[in-house]
Amino acid sequence: MSMSSPFPWLSFAIWIPIVFGTYLLAVGRDRSPDVVRAVALVGSLISALATVPVVLGFDAARGGLQWTEKVLWISTPTAHYYLGVDGISLWFVPLTAFITVIAVLAGWKAIEERLAQYYAAFLILSGLMIGVFCAADGLLFYVFFEGTLIPMYLIIGVWGGPNRVYAAIKFFLYTLLGSLLMLVALVYLYQASGGSFDIATWQRLPLGHTPQVLLFLAFFAAFAVKVPMWPVHTWLPDAHVEAPTAGSVVLAAIMLKLGAYGFVRFSLPIAPDAAHEFAAPVMAISLIAVVYVGFVALVQTDMKKLVAYSSIAHMGFVTLGFFLFSSIGVEGALAQMISHGFISGAMFLCIGVMYDRMHSRNIADYGGVVNTMPRFAAFMMLFAMANCGLPATSGFVGEFLVILGAVQFDFWIGAIAATTMVLGAAYSLWMYKRVIFGDVANPAVAKLQDIDGREFLALGLLAVAVLAMGVYPAPVIDAMHASVTDLLAQVAHSKFLPGSL
Amino acid sequence: MEPLLNFSAVLPEAILLACACFILVADLFLADRSRNGTYLLTLLSLAAVAAAAWEPVSAGTAQYAFGGMFLSDSMTAVLKVAAILATAATFVYAQAYARQRAMWRGEFFSLGLFALLGIMTMISANNLLVIYLGLELQALALYGLVALRRDDPRATEAAMKYFVLGALASGFLLYGMSMLYGGTGTLDVNGLAHRISAGQSVNLAMVLGTIFVVAGIAFKLGAAPFHMWVPDVYQGAPTPVALLLASAPKLAAFAIAFRLLVEGLPQLAVDWQRMLAVIAVASLAVGNVTAVAQTNLKRMLGYSTIGQMGFLLLALLAGVVGGNTTITAGAYGAAMFYVITYALATAGCFGIILLLAREGFEAEEIADLRGLAKRSPWYAFMMTLLMLSLAGLPPTVGFTAKFVVLQALVSDGASATTWTLAVVAVLFSLVGAFYYLRVVKTMWFDQGSDTNPIEASQDMRIALTANGVLVLLLGMLPQGLLALCNGAVLRALGG
Repeated sequence: MSMSSPFPWLSFAIWIPIVFGTYLLAVGRDRSPDVVRAVALVGSLISALATVPVVLGFDAARGGLQWTEKVLWISTPTAHYYLGVDGISLWFVPLTAFITVIAVLAGWKAIEERLAQYYAAFLILSGLMIGVFCAADGLLFYVFFEGTLIPMYLIIGVWGGPNRVYAAIKFFLYTLLGSLLMLVALVYLYQASGGSFDIATWQRLPLGHTPQVLLFLAFFAAFAVKVPMWPVHTWLPDAHVEAPTAGSVVLAAIMLKLGAYGFVRFSLPIAPDAAHEFAAPVMAISLIAVVYVGFVALVQTDMKKLVAYSSIAHMGFVTLGFFLFSSIGVEGALAQMISHGFISGAMFLCIGVMYDRMHSRNIADYGGVVNTMPRFAAFMMLFAMANCGLPATSGFVGEFLVILGAVQFDFWIGAIAATTMVLGAAYSLWMYKRVIFGDVANPAVAKLQDIDGREFLALGLLAVAVLAMGVYPAPVIDAMHASVTDLLAQVAHSKFLPGSL
Repeated sequence: MEPLLNFSAVLPEAILLACACFILVADLFLADRSRNGTYLLTLLSLAAVAAAAWEPVSAGTAQYAFGGMFLSDSMTAVLKVAAILATAATFVYAQAYARQRAMWRGEFFSLGLFALLGIMTMISANNLLVIYLGLELQALALYGLVALRRDDPRATEAAMKYFVLGALASGFLLYGMSMLYGGTGTLDVNGLAHRISAGQSVNLAMVLGTIFVVAGIAFKLGAAPFHMWVPDVYQGAPTPVALLLASAPKLAAFAIAFRLLVEGLPQLAVDWQRMLAVIAVASLAVGNVTAVAQTNLKRMLGYSTIGQMGFLLLALLAGVVGGNTTITAGAYGAAMFYVITYALATAGCFGIILLLAREGFEAEEIADLRGLAKRSPWYAFMMTLLMLSLAGLPPTVGFTAKFVVLQALVSDGASATTWTLAVVAVLFSLVGAFYYLRVVKTMWFDQGSDTNPIEASQDMRIALTANGVLVLLLGMLPQGLLALCNGAVLRALGG
């Protein structure tokens, strides 16, 4: 099935940023910030370039893993350094590398203290996250998945806001609790499969009812916290508010996707019967995330908190799409994940641009920004529109497909999900109106400088991505199609051993 | 047929004994200012001993000496080399600290070497009395080391506690051994198993004897409810001695646990496995929960050790004695891997405390680490790796160790008890993560008032860096050490 790759591009994409990051950690000095910035940018760019051949050489017609690399890692218990991408994970590899470039640009001037360590943390984090999406071995997946906690913990805790220590520890312990239960699940699967950590083997493994339910719950604990789903979402607003701008960008754009990705890689195919059994409650809490958290977003006075809650609502869409078990729902959810990566990253970047100038995230401190920052206002307009799912932006694609899938499944679920179009518009545009439009609110706003070249570049790249995916999403969706079809075939097929019921 | 005395099997111990005696005498002729000579001699001796001790790993066959009282195979060799490295690390890390506190004397070195001799004897002992002999040699030397700063009331108190409770534990072990002897009529470890399986033993005496032996081993490991001495001694002992206490003796305690329980009493596995399960859970709970409340780093490491030993016992109870040899070897191999990597990480942590200590400043409070990331990002990074390793987070070796233990624990099949133990173990790891992370937080997030530059000798810098990097590298590429441990245990079990 799987094709052996002629050149290990995936390993390159994973290890280049880690090597650059370690180099910065070991020799980077705060006395020469320009050198540190240049090294970080070069590292992130090379890593991003290494993902280009992965996408170009990907055969969209085939399901299964491509670009595989497999080396024995540990002999007892048997685990492999086994990488590969399929249609489901493909797009997250370039997305992660791309967002890292944006994150490097975002911290260019805002961070003055311990710059080398700051960039080292981001580069290492980037490599680890790419590793999560590429891992085809359960143990390797776990190592990357857990490994991402440490750099993010330091990013929030060292360079964050006033309440950063609380937020960092909350972030860490919340997510660790879930992952530890997942570790037990992985060990169980290793035993049940007769000594294999191969995720594809696990997906084919027949399992009885009780094991499936327990496995599903263990994976759910890990991934629901990471997504995060209501009601275990409370770490996210804290983490976002305290994190530095680039930290928020990476957190929203990529780290949340790790949880959602886990659902399609582990929960659904490994425990399909349990997934069907739990579909109704999962859909219910997804809809609560969409509607209730949408209302919560509406009343926020802090811009970062508002976007954080809007992220939770959008991720509710993703989990809803997965548990529809239809190709349109799953593909819509995946498209929503990618699009949310661009849009939430862009929204946090916009807030960061304003925060760098005003040192406030309070909506009430702003007003009439368009008068002093017209170019910025135009960008933010685009992203706010995309955030509420305007057609021709990437936000529309995923939401539309998921709503379509939900209506096919059940009209009322679709109807409730569709309220996001209203709620999203309400919280995004109302915030935009209060911050950007109107008369200049105070002297501080009057003194604002419009965005410089670096900020223009970062926002521009994101704008291009949002529009390109919104106008012509076909290549993205097409590449997923074969793998999603395989996945759904697996999910539709009961795994019960004959006679186990 | 091997010669009855077979001195080649005890070559490392013989070299060590000769070197220790030589250093003891030679040091008398050295002036205080040339004490570095003793230091260098000690390191050279340790290198020679390590080279001799490594030999059985490549030879691969087990050798007996003194009529089967003493055993040398690849498992003893790996454990011995680890113990030698831990002892060497103690001396390297201790330099500046010991000099500033009038501990840089001949006794420090000779007592350390004699403790190592006791440890190596315990690791190789294949006879109840030889085990006891090694244990006492190790313990007496360590009592002396803890009390080395005799004008320090805390160290004296720690030494008293250690001595009284240690003597009690030795008493337990000896009492248990006497029952085993009474019940079977042999002191030989292999003989024990033979007599029991041949039905030539008194069952009640064996069970009672096992209880006392398990209690004695739990004392030496510092597992709950026999853990009372651990935090006090760790906190009170001079830091280099605490380092030595926390690392090498655990390897020896693991070795005698393996020797007595797995090789000597396999037929009583059902009894001792249950005892170990209770002790393991109690240790995980007491160690991890109490560590949360500590403000003293050495004391916290003491409680953390209790929790770590709980994890180690889980691996020891996991082996299916008499069942599938490969799976059993996997379990004890996991335990061996765990104890070696634990010693590595703990030695590094005490090394960092020693690095930060100065004249009149012990650097033993967690708060003393404040702002370390600014003073020295590199050593803060090393300490972070060590803490993450103790917490069991990837990609450090502590994760691999915890993972292989968990895997071994549940490998016997779908027993609900072992799964419950596994879940309990990971949940207490979460509690553990909290206090290890607090140390990381203190280093990276808190602002420190201490801006003194860090001074350390070149060899200490190299050793500490190697220690930290090893914790990371072994975590990313554990195959070598893991295969070594598994292979050694497999051969020891006769597979």
